[in-house]
Amino acid sequence: MVDYRVHVTIQNKPGISDPEGKTILNDLVLKGTHQNVSQINTAQMLKFVINETDKKTAQSTVQKICDELRIYNPMVSVVTIDVFDV
Amino acid sequence: MNVGVIVFPGSNCDRDMFHVLSDVFHLNVEYCWHDKPLPKNLDAVVLPGGFSYGDRLRAGVIAAHSPIIQDVKKIAEKGIPILGVCNGFQILVESGLLPGVLLKNDSLNFMCEWTNLIVKNNQTPFTNQFELNQKIPIPIANGEGRYFVDDDTLIELEKNNQIVFKYDQVVNGSSNHIAGVCNEDGNVVGMMPHPERAVESEINPHDNKPSSLIFESLIKKMGVNN
Repeated sequence: MVDYRVHVTIQNKPGISDPEGKTILNDLVLKGTHQNVSQINTAQMLKFVINETDKKTAQSTVQKICDELRIYNPMVSVVTIDVFDV
Repeated sequence: MNVGVIVFPGSNCDRDMFHVLSDVFHLNVEYCWHDKPLPKNLDAVVLPGGFSYGDRLRAGVIAAHSPIIQDVKKIAEKGIPILGVCNGFQILVESGLLPGVLLKNDSLNFMCEWTNLIVKNNQTPFTNQFELNQKIPIPIANGEGRYFVDDDTLIELEKNNQIVFKYDQVVNGSSNHIAGVCNEDGNVVGMMPHPERAVESEINPHDNKPSSLIFESLIKKMGVNN
């Protein structure tokens, strides 16, 4: 068993409005000199450390936790799960 | 008639709700702490507003896993009237007792202001004394009050008459101006505005009678007022 760092990123599904991302884009970034930026989406990240047998199991266990405990709301959000060595 | 007001860590409208139910409408009311079983003798349950668990992760989601919610689900199946106000509404959607989700307001602001609701379903235990489309002046106080459902669910809600209250104008960007919904059976109702802040003329600069009908509907439904 080894410790893994697992990053869970929760963000809105496409089509769900993200007013914070829009404000950062329109009222901060595009008012500066960075006209090449076309999109900014906000997200929430949870950082887990989990003791598991391998990376794949660490990923699936965290996915299971997210689903069972509604860490994200599947109606409006998606999660991406990235696993790293500690 | 016995009404339980569930108290979670971070609830802050529980005492207002208790006061209104007991002092204004003369019901027997008891507080129900979230990690204790729900008392067996309750005729109705209210989940009050507040910031359970500091809105951490997402408003209502942590409270939705409280032990008492399992009991709330059981009595919901039996048809006992359940009202969730503001954070109580958020807890009901996060626990799956009501459809949809409550997102941050479009403005990203905490909104604390008077709004007008329109009654769209007058068949629930909390709306049976209203005329259809009756207007209710009532305050909101929330940061995550934008009710959202996907298009398919919205069609289902309309088909099943589950939209209970709508705002009379765009308030926070909610789907179809929805301010409150019920479950398919109609006994579980959730709403973002605060009726407990609107039923007394001393603190309502508009008309306190429409909000009172929410509680009078419950009394009418139960057929008793003690």
